[in-house]
Amino acid sequence: MREAVQTGRHFWYGNIAIAEGAIAAGCRFFAGYPITPASEIAEHVSRRFPEIGGMFVQFEDELASIAAILGASWAGAKSMTATSGPGFSLMQENIGLGIMMEVPTVIVNVQRGGPSTGLPTLTAQGDVMQTKWGSHGPYEIIALSPDSPQEAFNVTIRCFNLAEKYRVPVVLLTSETVGHSAGKVVVPPEDAIEIVERKKPKVPVGEYAPYKPDEDLIPPMACAGEGYAFTTTGLTHNEKGYPDTTAETQEKLIRRLNDKIRSHLGDIVDVTEENMEDADIAVVSYGQVSRPAKKAVEMARENGIKAGSIKLTTIWPFAEHIIHKWAKQVEYFIVPELNYGQIYLEVKREAAGEAKTLLIPRMGGELITPTEIYNEIERMSKR
Amino acid sequence: MNTQTTAESEQHPIEKWLRSERMPHMWCAGCGVGPTLYAWIRAPDRVGIPREKVVYVSGIGCCGRGSGYLNVDGFHTTHGRAIPFAIGLKLARPELCVSVISGDGDLFSIGGNHFIHACRRNVDLLVICTNNFIYGMTGGQLAPTTLLGDRATTAPYGNVEPSFSTPHLADAAGAVYVARWTSIHLRRLEKSIAEALQMKGFRYIEVLSPCPVNYGRRNKLPEPDDIAEWFRQSSVIRNGANTSEISIEKGKPLILGDFVKRTGKPTFYEVMKELEGRVKPR
Amino acid sequence: MQTSNKVLPSQRVKASRGKIHIIKERCKQCNLCISFCPKQVLRRSDDINEKGYHIPEAIEEPEKDKICMACGFCEVVCPDFAIWIEERIDK
Repeated sequence: MREAVQTGRHFWYGNIAIAEGAIAAGCRFFAGYPITPASEIAEHVSRRFPEIGGMFVQFEDELASIAAILGASWAGAKSMTATSGPGFSLMQENIGLGIMMEVPTVIVNVQRGGPSTGLPTLTAQGDVMQTKWGSHGPYEIIALSPDSPQEAFNVTIRCFNLAEKYRVPVVLLTSETVGHSAGKVVVPPEDAIEIVERKKPKVPVGEYAPYKPDEDLIPPMACAGEGYAFTTTGLTHNEKGYPDTTAETQEKLIRRLNDKIRSHLGDIVDVTEENMEDADIAVVSYGQVSRPAKKAVEMARENGIKAGSIKLTTIWPFAEHIIHKWAKQVEYFIVPELNYGQIYLEVKREAAGEAKTLLIPRMGGELITPTEIYNEIERMSKR
Repeated sequence: MNTQTTAESEQHPIEKWLRSERMPHMWCAGCGVGPTLYAWIRAPDRVGIPREKVVYVSGIGCCGRGSGYLNVDGFHTTHGRAIPFAIGLKLARPELCVSVISGDGDLFSIGGNHFIHACRRNVDLLVICTNNFIYGMTGGQLAPTTLLGDRATTAPYGNVEPSFSTPHLADAAGAVYVARWTSIHLRRLEKSIAEALQMKGFRYIEVLSPCPVNYGRRNKLPEPDDIAEWFRQSSVIRNGANTSEISIEKGKPLILGDFVKRTGKPTFYEVMKELEGRVKPR
Repeated sequence: MQTSNKVLPSQRVKASRGKIHIIKERCKQCNLCISFCPKQVLRRSDDINEKGYHIPEAIEEPEKDKICMACGFCEVVCPDFAIWIEERIDK
């Protein structure tokens, strides 16, 4: 039998690092459905959970899996599912329920090429906008994207912490490349891992209203079986959780669901800025593309080009204040991504009027090379 | 006569279970959901299950709104997904007494796959289906339980599809308790719910339930009590009946009863804990 | 129920009687309590509630055996939790 936290040095696939990160974060409920290239996460969890008292269920489909992790979270468990594009599409309706009911949970999307069945075994970053807008209605969500097995481990823990803190489903938006590349993962001692737990009600049972927010716009969360006899619904609801389908309640509730994320950008957004102090050209990247991007910036520096790199670990909410800040300095943003322009649009929006934005698109199937990115940096530097 | 009464005795016995401030509820005159909920909410007391452990999960539709009216932990989820949501709750906190009460469209059309798999796994849930033969909330469209020849807003010339016999489906998929009552057979329903609550595993009770407005009006049963009258006149109780012989047909007896009681089948949670016991010691 | 009286000591048999309570504003005039009352004690009244529904009323006629026996069926069959029975034991 092995411990929950595998303190030490490991050589893990990204998908294994995600499973171990979840376990280290306290995840003890996993529901999923097999799908390439995410299945290793479920496989690893199914092996590990009996060792540590977790509950693993392979459901009949992704619709059930996402519903079950929401239910488990309401019972107080930290819960997770893992899927890829087609399964992520199926989950969208209940992601909306998670947003509306304010349920902390983590959804891993190991991206593959799409649309439809697409490239089951090959990488892509085509689900960025789907993560933001895939469920109907106006909402904010949190999504993080790691670039390596080590970061996958770290970011998975952070996903759970953010979910608990903000009472929101958090998407771990990784990809086949990260999931299926192996690398060194250092797992710190258990007591060195920061774990965040959801806020619990502090008022007596009779006074508890499940959707009455604190000043931070986040309501404390009671769980089933604790005696609060609360009710919750996917319908537009008042602070008591009662359905109240009026324009006024919709305005108040939906604004708060968005604002509780938007007003905490500084806490949620995690970016790594390198060589930006004097940069004229900034390469904005995320996920596995951050690695060739970083290399390309190094190549540029070696050739005397003032290029820098902005790596987004937090995809949503978008790091608009960061882009806005650098837009005043740089002339060009270059956005390499494995789609036909998604984060590019966000960067372009924030850079508008200050700097130009260039997309290096690839539809998926393989990575963009450092040389391809460098060639664009060089071309821009001569303009 | 002792005239001293407590506050509780001066109110409807359901009041302590009810979010009274939300009354009157949204259901139409003669609807079968209310009586079904009254039978269900009284059962935990009868069998000694504390209220704070009682959880009500519902899907979408008229019956889905029930979880917001009763004073227990209530979850009004998405269309068809009440069962997997409830499975998550129950497996993550096994001491909860989790019931799914939802409609025929929710449980057997959009949610049909979850129903049969939950039966197969023998997840520890009580599922009650208020079967009103129609989509009530959306305005009377065809359901997988609509009887042959019945009219619906999407079957204006009469339904040509065979309907599910939901107790047969539950039995075939492995449910450990299967019963059918109507929303006027309330003593028996209450007893049946109490019995089911004392069992473990996947338990299923179908409650035939009037929808006077969206089913009755289109099918020559227009008054609020017409469907109840049909139930009264046509019902035959046959406990232990073979579930393959109890499909509902117009003009034939409605067979009610508790049909299936399986013992000794371990629940999903039990097999998972047994597996854990084998793995842990290495 | 003659057979019952024969097996029980007669002085200890007390017939149940019920007092019918109606929560006026919950009633939707579905008629179920009226059509299902085994003693036909209930009937539709002229009294209407805020939403315009005629609420039921209890008219006991002991000479016709129309007496509420506190069977409680109206209470359980009412879809609106609008009627309930307070049981009392006649001396």
